[in-house]
Amino acid sequence: MPDLQDDQLWAAVAEPGRRRLLDVLVAHGEATPTMLAKELPFTRQAVSKHLAVLVEAGLVDARREGREVRYTVRPDRLDAAAQALNAAASRWDRRLAAIKRLAEQTAQGSTTAIGTTGLPQSADGP
Amino acid sequence: MPMIIGREIFIEAPVDVVWRAITEPDQIVQWFSDEADVELKTGYEGALIFTEHSSKEPVVAHITVQAFEPDRSFSYRWAYEPGVVPGEGNSVLVEFVLIAETGGTRLRVAESGLDLLDWSQEQKDDYAADHNHGWAKHIGDLGEYAASKQPA
Repeated sequence: MPDLQDDQLWAAVAEPGRRRLLDVLVAHGEATPTMLAKELPFTRQAVSKHLAVLVEAGLVDARREGREVRYTVRPDRLDAAAQALNAAASRWDRRLAAIKRLAEQTAQGSTTAIGTTGLPQSADGP
Repeated sequence: MPMIIGREIFIEAPVDVVWRAITEPDQIVQWFSDEADVELKTGYEGALIFTEHSSKEPVVAHITVQAFEPDRSFSYRWAYEPGVVPGEGNSVLVEFVLIAETGGTRLRVAESGLDLLDWSQEQKDDYAADHNHGWAKHIGDLGEYAASKQPA
């Protein structure tokens, strides 16, 4: 599924180094690449590259102050991203569990129809 | 900004049984919508109808079959808004992948194209009222979902 690899957020958080960088940035509130490089096992150049990816994905804001650029996490974006991922993932977990029950009963030769009792369909939707 | 979620489950049933469960309308209605209009034809415009929705009117989600390979993969687009024919930019792409394994089938699903950050202010407010996790927890969640997407 190569098209999935293009997703910016996926790319932004898939890299473990960037997740560590986000953790450190959240702890600081605001930081410069120099500050981040001191706390992470990356060069300042690597930190800057990671930050550029996070800015592009909308997860981090950059603000120039004098000769330095200061970075902050965008809590609204991070929060919305995490919450939406959670909700969408939970919906699919419920559906997959129902597919499993259906297929396993079919495979066992059961002729009993499986109802949807307990599946909260009202929460479903794209 | 589009996003992806990927989930998977191991099912103790052969791939052809799982294949029918995800593609045949009379089986789809047992785990998903209340009515299903789905045919295995590329470009087929069908629908998933949810009648047990909290609103009075049934919700009709239009779908367009993107691609399929029997017993291996099946994908369709699903419009954000009821009554809209799904296409690029107004829908999510749902992709199922079936992998035969010893004792059963691994079923993977990926949903991509959700424009999750364009939530309405009301949705964001609802979430803000509900949520009780810190940022660090959320980063962990994102990492977890990202990790679940890593190629095996």
